[in-house]
Amino acid sequence: MCDNASIKDPYRQLDEYIDTLPYKKENLIGILHQAQELFGYLPDKLQWHIAQKLDIPSAKVYGVVSFYSFFTMKPRGKHVINVCMGTACFVRGAEKLQAELEKQLGIKTGQTTEDNLFSLDSLRCIGACGLAPVMMIDGKVYGRLHEPEEIRQILEKYRLEAMPEA
Amino acid sequence: MKLTSINELNALKTQNRVLLENRRLTHPVTTKDALGMPRNVLVCGGPGCHSSGSPKIAELLEEELNRRGLSEQVKVFQPGCFGFCEKGPMIEIHPDNTTYCEVSAPDVAVIVEEHLIQGNQVERLLFMEPSTKKRFAADLPFYQGQLRIALRNVGYIAPENILEYIAADGYQALASVLLNKNSLEVIDTIKKSGLRGRGGGGFPTGLKWELTRKSEAKQRYIICNADEGDPGAFMDRSILEGDPHSVLEGMLIAGSAIGASHGFIYVRAEYPAAIRRLQIAIGQARDYGLLGKGILGSDFCFDIELKYGAGAFVCGEETSLMHSIEGARGEPSVKPPFPAEKGLWGKPTCVNNVETLANVPPIILKGADWFASIGTEKSKGTKVFALAGKVQNVGLVEVPMGTTLRQIIFNMGGGIKRHKTFKAAQTGGPSGGCIPSKYLDTPIDYESLAAIGSMMGSGGLIVMDESDCMVNIAKFFLEFSVDESCGRCTACRVGTKRLHEILTKITEGKGTLDDLDKLEKLGKIIKDTSLCGLGQTAPNPILSTIKYFRDEYLAHILDKTCPAGVCKSLLKYHITENCIGCTLCAKKCPANCITGTAKERHVIDEERCLNCGACMEQCRVTGAIIHH
Repeated sequence: MCDNASIKDPYRQLDEYIDTLPYKKENLIGILHQAQELFGYLPDKLQWHIAQKLDIPSAKVYGVVSFYSFFTMKPRGKHVINVCMGTACFVRGAEKLQAELEKQLGIKTGQTTEDNLFSLDSLRCIGACGLAPVMMIDGKVYGRLHEPEEIRQILEKYRLEAMPEA
Repeated sequence: MKLTSINELNALKTQNRVLLENRRLTHPVTTKDALGMPRNVLVCGGPGCHSSGSPKIAELLEEELNRRGLSEQVKVFQPGCFGFCEKGPMIEIHPDNTTYCEVSAPDVAVIVEEHLIQGNQVERLLFMEPSTKKRFAADLPFYQGQLRIALRNVGYIAPENILEYIAADGYQALASVLLNKNSLEVIDTIKKSGLRGRGGGGFPTGLKWELTRKSEAKQRYIICNADEGDPGAFMDRSILEGDPHSVLEGMLIAGSAIGASHGFIYVRAEYPAAIRRLQIAIGQARDYGLLGKGILGSDFCFDIELKYGAGAFVCGEETSLMHSIEGARGEPSVKPPFPAEKGLWGKPTCVNNVETLANVPPIILKGADWFASIGTEKSKGTKVFALAGKVQNVGLVEVPMGTTLRQIIFNMGGGIKRHKTFKAAQTGGPSGGCIPSKYLDTPIDYESLAAIGSMMGSGGLIVMDESDCMVNIAKFFLEFSVDESCGRCTACRVGTKRLHEILTKITEGKGTLDDLDKLEKLGKIIKDTSLCGLGQTAPNPILSTIKYFRDEYLAHILDKTCPAGVCKSLLKYHITENCIGCTLCAKKCPANCITGTAKERHVIDEERCLNCGACMEQCRVTGAIIHH
């Protein structure tokens, strides 16, 4: 059975969220967090929409989006791989891990694979320094990654999951 | 249930005392004696243990206890970080006070059978001191010399249960402030205690409160700075996740002292677990009437709102942070006016760090003299450090001010990994400096660290060994500063980029002696002319490494070598007699500079070698290709 009525238009969902806020312009960052949660990224059109809804210049929205590294204006892959580039991971070989991932995925940090399965990024310290070097795939942490083979196996697991069942 | 008086709070405390009864007994019983007693199993829920699978361990424990019919007698909890991240996942069993390290899924059934049913400690899971091979069930060497004030409840109480916090004397300090003290007395206590900002700057907290209080205004704000951005630092995160109520209580006390009715916690979006715990804690505090109107029957009204960061390091700087809360780009503004006069939305604002606020309730309860008796002359109390890098025991330590680096790194930290030699300790993150071995015995406090070219910072402490290249480390930190510079002022925006370029040049073997002078000169200019703390401290990693590790810079510049063997462009590859002549390296060499016949030792033509390392990657024989 189809239940189209319950599939909400994300724009409407966002507007409803904004309407619940006691003050709006000051909450721009919170609104952008919510928008990125709903849409996955923040394209121009969406930034326009938010600017109009809050009655502020779209340049201001763009200024905030481009300032904070948490916000992205490009669509991301299905799985986001983040290599920890905190100092503890750095001194225990994070650069090698990053290079190995770039090699295996065939992309540079900040890019997304052609099949849209993986995006590769880096972040600063996730607090798992005891397991350094670490990477995080969609919130799951993989630690003590020194061997290329280990990394290959982890990526393979995600690739297999994404394959349509025969 | 809303608490309307201090008597009700005390009644709740007495009533829930039983929750904590079995944990941390002053006279622990033996494992055999504990058999008939109600027991607690605490599974560390800190970031490190969580990542290495502690939630699964807790789940398996509960299943196994259920299966063996023990779930009534033995309760499983997941409190915050125990601190000893290296040996995670860790569990503690009480009342017999036993700690097990590196517990894996198959160990769960063994612990239940052997320890909880038979009453025998599982020897192989106890911590073993590597040098003496001695096993420890409690009082692990890692914890000796530590003093937990800010972390007093972290790893001890269940952070999602306000009743456990109340049972552990929680909100008693707030009650005593509301009942017995006026705001000037509170400020006076904090001033006398000598508490200073734990976020890095070290500004006296009591004075900050007093200045905010003195500013004329109808509305004042208190902000908790939980934007812990230093790479390699996770102290504040552990407090927020492990004991969120202590931060709320600290804010309430600060709010009452400075006359604020509204507080904000500015927390990184990268810490989802901390955000969830704070949301739960704020919800519970409101339910119990500890936030809201007429708190504990007094006329004090206070509420707290969460604000999320969005990944900008500069937002740890207080003026940037306030702009971010206002919904704008997190760029700093010129001080004065200081936030204490004109802060958030132009109102007097006091910004305190997480650890600072967590220190406030114990100071109120135990008194300024008690706190001031700990530490050094100018730095009182304790400091939490996130000890990481090339040290045996990575983890979170809280030590009295004045403890030496040697004590932290070699006693608690267990020394350097893989028997290598200590080279430097880095404190203060991208704003700090690298401290060489000759200063290992310096007692740590704000002044002593500044005197040797580093800084306390928020508490990241990264240990480096002989295999770390100090030029490359300086480059790493500069890369961070370039990335995170907000672009507002030229000195920082352009200056850090130039510094980074020069460092890159040196690590590629193209540096000159002139570059070294340029680094020092430019570094000093950036320090003097930047608008905010980020720029003012960004050159520190370079200046301190040039000061203490000048030889390494000179080796890169004059000899074109990297003594630590890190900087790729400077490595010379060499095939040793271990070579079996498999020809793999010769086939893969992009420059075709490896020659030799099959089954005989090959040779690299160093003149034509590109230093790409492809040969070494391909080689299957240990020690056949080395770089030097």
